[in-house]
Amino acid sequence: IGNPVVGCGGSTLLGYIGIDTIIEQMRKKTMKTGFEFNIMVVGHSGLGKSTLVNTLFKSQVSRKSAGWARDEKIPKTVEIKSVSHVIEEGGVKMKLTVVDTPGFGDQINNDNCWEPISKYINEQFEKFLKEEVNITRKKRIPDTRVHCCIYFISPTGHTLRQLDMEFMKRLSHSVNIIPVIAKADTMTIEERQEFKQRVRKELEMSGIEFYPQKEFDDDMEDKSDNDKIRETMPFAVVGSDKEYQVNNKRVLGRKTAWGIVEVENPNHCEFAQLRDFLIRSHLQDLKEVTHNIHYETYRAKRLNDNGGLHPISTNGTHDSNL
Amino acid sequence: IFCLLEYCTGYVGFANLPNQVYRKSVKRGFEFTLMVVGESGLGKSTLINSLFLTDLYSKDYPGPSQRIKKTVQVEQSKVLIKEGGVQLTLTIVDTPGFGDAVDNSNCWQPVINYIDSKCEDFLNAESRVNRRSMPDNRVHCCLYFIAPSGHGLKPLDIEFMKRLHDKVNVIPLIAKADTLTPEECQLFKKQIMKEIQEHKIKIYEFPDTEDDEDNKLIRKIKEKMPLAVVGSNVVIEVNGKKVRGRQYPWGVAEVENGEHCDFTVLRNMLIRTHMQDLKDVTNNVHYENYRSKKLAAVTCNGVDTTKTKGQLTKSPLAQMEEERREHVMKMKKMEAEMEQVFEMKVKEKKQKLKDSEAELERRHEQMKRNLEAQYKDLEEKRRVFEDEKNNWEAQQRILEQQKLDASKSVNKSVSQYLAF
Repeated sequence: IGNPVVGCGGSTLLGYIGIDTIIEQMRKKTMKTGFEFNIMVVGHSGLGKSTLVNTLFKSQVSRKSAGWARDEKIPKTVEIKSVSHVIEEGGVKMKLTVVDTPGFGDQINNDNCWEPISKYINEQFEKFLKEEVNITRKKRIPDTRVHCCIYFISPTGHTLRQLDMEFMKRLSHSVNIIPVIAKADTMTIEERQEFKQRVRKELEMSGIEFYPQKEFDDDMEDKSDNDKIRETMPFAVVGSDKEYQVNNKRVLGRKTAWGIVEVENPNHCEFAQLRDFLIRSHLQDLKEVTHNIHYETYRAKRLNDNGGLHPISTNGTHDSNL
Repeated sequence: IFCLLEYCTGYVGFANLPNQVYRKSVKRGFEFTLMVVGESGLGKSTLINSLFLTDLYSKDYPGPSQRIKKTVQVEQSKVLIKEGGVQLTLTIVDTPGFGDAVDNSNCWQPVINYIDSKCEDFLNAESRVNRRSMPDNRVHCCLYFIAPSGHGLKPLDIEFMKRLHDKVNVIPLIAKADTLTPEECQLFKKQIMKEIQEHKIKIYEFPDTEDDEDNKLIRKIKEKMPLAVVGSNVVIEVNGKKVRGRQYPWGVAEVENGEHCDFTVLRNMLIRTHMQDLKDVTNNVHYENYRSKKLAAVTCNGVDTTKTKGQLTKSPLAQMEEERREHVMKMKKMEAEMEQVFEMKVKEKKQKLKDSEAELERRHEQMKRNLEAQYKDLEEKRRVFEDEKNNWEAQQRILEQQKLDASKSVNKSVSQYLAF
């Protein structure tokens, strides 16, 4: 209050108007409506996907929350199972949907095991498109589109596997892919660095663009931030939902005979970095890229291919879901 | 009928027999073939290096990152290890590419083919008349590496083991066991053994001995199956002691520490106690299975549909005749080959000589021409010189004449003057 506000065109405003309270109004509104976030985890079984998701959101949100023991057999084809929870923090409500893909990469013959996943992603886009195209639209279109796909890379220490490359090549244009190195406590620090470098080189050589994609950097600030992140990706993570006492602190970790692996210790693994990146800084951006780019690509393709959908209004602003 | 065990009343001396056997075997040396199977990145090469304390797979060995194999290969490497006067010819059979493709159907076929071919070689060698040297290249033990998912066996693991448990001693191992906490490891092992029993997979079983002490040890080993191993040859210092292990920010996983992993159990079992038994089981069980199957197929049909060189339905004399004929043919072939090679070499040499002759000719020609050219040149020069000389002489004569004329005219004018 009292700061001379300079308006557009260089004219100084004569008093305080209160335009900057709009941020506060938006905040209040979004807190009331809440957020939706859909995350998909892909990787063959035994890589700790469910554990990682539970660790990320500090609650039992994944399908396997009832203990690790696997009573179900490996399914013969890839299944898509989604589980939704509403979690709350600091007055902000989030409807989190975790989409799991059991059976991916587990068979002897894994040809086309990415197809059910691709189909699911496109189905969500289709649902959204249909709602958008309706004459009488809902006030808030439910957003089931996959905002982020975490792909788990097996920590072999050598290179990416054939299946990894195939999957990422085919899906990096329909969904934001964040590759992570699973069970990173398998590798020593040097092995980890070498592995990461090799993986990054392979991804670059095959032209696979993972999130954050270089082409969508808005300005120099974004670019430099994202460049730093891209240099450390893929994040080498360890997940755990058990707590142990280390130096009079309770930490999440894994207890082995030779020491305790602390999940949130940046010297041990990069889980904290992944969490900050995913949730604390880029959550909104993930949704925006999904909506503005992946969804729009799908929409354009659909409308060009199939003239069956009737023409829609050219109203380009959609902020009802963000 | 039963035999009475009698104790000899005097010393006969056959108690020394084990020593004789021992000395003979040491002189002969031992052979052992070990096969490692598993997806790439499970630490197979590192484990082999750790087991035998060598660098069979050095840092320069092209790891899977450099190999772009589309199909499963079977590669063997031999190394000679000597320890305390005992010599071991160790053959390691590796299977790069196993389980790495997107479609892994039948990726076990090359492995099965390899094992069968080694058994066939042995069968042929055994059926020969001349059996002086019979190298035993059969696969004595197959270490199968299971990825440490913590859940259970994968369909590929089950398929592979089901197909190979009748052909070779299969020992399943949990690779990179430092991924699992002790509790996870226990549960994982139980789950694997349960699935192995469910699918009726026959993994290598330790034989019971008469010794109670040994039996206790064996039972302990059986409880730990499948063995969870960690490999490393990097030496790290822990509490003042030098140990082999893997250094993490949260501690050092020691390879030879029984509480960290089962590496010592595997090593002792494989090398120190059960190596001979593995060979015996391969010989007495797996090889015999193969042999009876193979021969039953031959005799059933009556016609030899297989390509075995040793046909056991013939008498030894016929066999000898056959071998002699073979040998003669081989000799003839070698002779023919050598002749061919010789002829080729002669031709080559002749051609070379011709070429060098032609070359010499050419050079000779060239030199001759050069000489002629020089000669002509010289001739030309001489001609020019001659011309010049003649010119000069002519000029001199003219000058002389002029002089003479001049002096004559002077004389004339003087004499005229004097006449006045």
